[in-house]
Amino acid sequence: MTEVAVVAFAQAPNVRRTHGTTNGVEMLVPIFDEVYTRTGLSKTDIGFWCSGSSDYLAGRAFSFISAVDAIGAFPPIHESHVEMDAAWALYEAWLKIRMGEVDTALVYGFGKSSAGELRRVLSLQLDPYTVAPLWPDSVSIAAMQARLGLESGRWTETDLAEIAARSRRDAAGNPRAQFGGETDVAALLDTDPVADPLRRHDIAPVTDGAAVIVLASAERARDLADRPAVIGGIEHRIDTPSLGARDLTTSPSTRLAGEAVGTDGVEIAELHAPFTHQELIVRDELGLADAVRINPSGGTLTGNPMFSAGLARIGEAAQRILDGEATRTLGHATSGPALQQNLVTVLERG
Amino acid sequence: MPEQPLSAPLDIGFDYTRSVGPVLGRFMTALAQRRVLGVRGSDGRVHVPPVEYDPGTAEPLDELVDVAAEGTIVSWSWVAEPLAGQPVQRPFAWALIRLDGADTALLHAVDTGGDPASVHTGQRVRIRWADKPVGHIRDIAYFVPITDPPADAAPTAPAPPAATSPDGDAGPVDTVITPVHLNYTHSASREESRYLRALADGRLLAQRCPACGKVYIPPRGACPTCGVPTTDEVELPDTGIVTTFCIVNVPFLGQRITPPYVGAYILLDGADIPFLHLVLGCEASEVRMGMRVRAAWTPREEWSTTLENIAHFEPTGEADAPYASYAHHL
Repeated sequence: MTEVAVVAFAQAPNVRRTHGTTNGVEMLVPIFDEVYTRTGLSKTDIGFWCSGSSDYLAGRAFSFISAVDAIGAFPPIHESHVEMDAAWALYEAWLKIRMGEVDTALVYGFGKSSAGELRRVLSLQLDPYTVAPLWPDSVSIAAMQARLGLESGRWTETDLAEIAARSRRDAAGNPRAQFGGETDVAALLDTDPVADPLRRHDIAPVTDGAAVIVLASAERARDLADRPAVIGGIEHRIDTPSLGARDLTTSPSTRLAGEAVGTDGVEIAELHAPFTHQELIVRDELGLADAVRINPSGGTLTGNPMFSAGLARIGEAAQRILDGEATRTLGHATSGPALQQNLVTVLERG
Repeated sequence: MPEQPLSAPLDIGFDYTRSVGPVLGRFMTALAQRRVLGVRGSDGRVHVPPVEYDPGTAEPLDELVDVAAEGTIVSWSWVAEPLAGQPVQRPFAWALIRLDGADTALLHAVDTGGDPASVHTGQRVRIRWADKPVGHIRDIAYFVPITDPPADAAPTAPAPPAATSPDGDAGPVDTVITPVHLNYTHSASREESRYLRALADGRLLAQRCPACGKVYIPPRGACPTCGVPTTDEVELPDTGIVTTFCIVNVPFLGQRITPPYVGAYILLDGADIPFLHLVLGCEASEVRMGMRVRAAWTPREEWSTTLENIAHFEPTGEADAPYASYAHHL
């Protein structure tokens, strides 16, 4: 089967609130232009389109249909959508190219998290019989997960603050990050918890944003980018939705996906961890050595655009290869509460 | 400074009505009797709340067993400001609670009278039942510490409605009803905002695609054919034709006009895309494809940023448009 490569990546600025619509057109049109310019492709050259977004974020049915306006979908296009982070849309597009149905695909994700009350909206991804009717919010669930690690000695509050400080420092070099800069770990620890035991810096911000990746068969990729980032492996796994039935300080799905793609030799890893402690879980499950550079983009803690943050991790990991800075990188995406579902991909210089 | 796009509250709500099946049905029925059931998994572990299939082996499970109404906190987090719908409406703890007799933890709320210092891992807690259990997870109103429970009852979110049992109130629960209410701020695009503001002045504002020349009303922001931003504004008259239509004969909840009446696609003169509106002012049976119509506006003092400023369209009495002139808009 044919190899598949990332040939271009772009993301909209990560911002707390846009004036744009929930259908994402205002965020998508400029970043589509960016990847068209970089690859020399136009919309008629794209063989398959796949997106990730959620009607729950927009508060209306079939909201993603309006986003198709950003494509210019006439004459009819070959298009699909997942109600998940667009990292899973990328998986679908990867399959299409692997199967030889198309040789190019454009994958995008978008979300206006600020339209509703995000942590409350996310309650609706929980079991609809015994959990969602209680409206447990996403931050509170992650906080219970964090406490399990704190009280068992898996991690300390200082470990978590150091992750926040490193992320913000790195984000200072990322013009699309929501915020960034030098912070003092002691000063972070001096703040009150907002969802005990989590402090503000442990929690990814609410972010409006969008991201796009162009994939191509290895053969086409050579014409579209100088150094295509070849997908060496991509796998996703899921854990039980029953939160009280699993050890929340581990992520078996991440471990299995990581083992399936093989993480040896990775130089840089972009991990989708919307809470500081989740970075430690994912890093451990992937067996990443201390020398592996984690989230040089600043990661999700400095910009968490729902339904495109996972795709952006893959994009950031691919960009290091496209830019010639690395030869083997890893992108990780998560979905659901407390790291329930995880996707891992390894990218290599072709 | 450019005008800000229009936005407005968008409040949506729906009572999700779900059938529960045999396993969760027995769990819900027991809750209505102030008992908690777990299900025994393939490995002998007792899951509470029960799962229908074993998380490890995917085997269907059906051995339900009674567990206690008290247990131990495995982990917890503190909510200083409860969100709408959460069980306790004063500061409380979320907790994973392993009930005595269970091997997995149940997620629920713990009320300590609002005191964050009165909750800890390993704490023993017991269920405070709802006054009128109906067969719903919220029949567990919340948990309280067994030692030094709060002196007063916690304020709670409104209880979910009871689903009617086919065998009367005492029968097994086969349905749960969960009302869901969400609140958004819906933003119109810049183009839609200009269109809506023009409507408030009684004008119909469209946009022309700079690439293909097609005229869209309402303006779209991007041409769906070409994918380029639509920037050239065009003002359209309030006359046009019916491209296609249907006669509504069926009454429904919230209907504002007595059937029969006509919902039609109206193509304004100069537009390339029709929009839905009403055709009144003649018998429903007289409406035809190609019929010429004109907008019937509401009184000027009632106008605002909405297409409802046009109450409906009505026939002008002019000759019908020939089919060939609008066939490509169908």
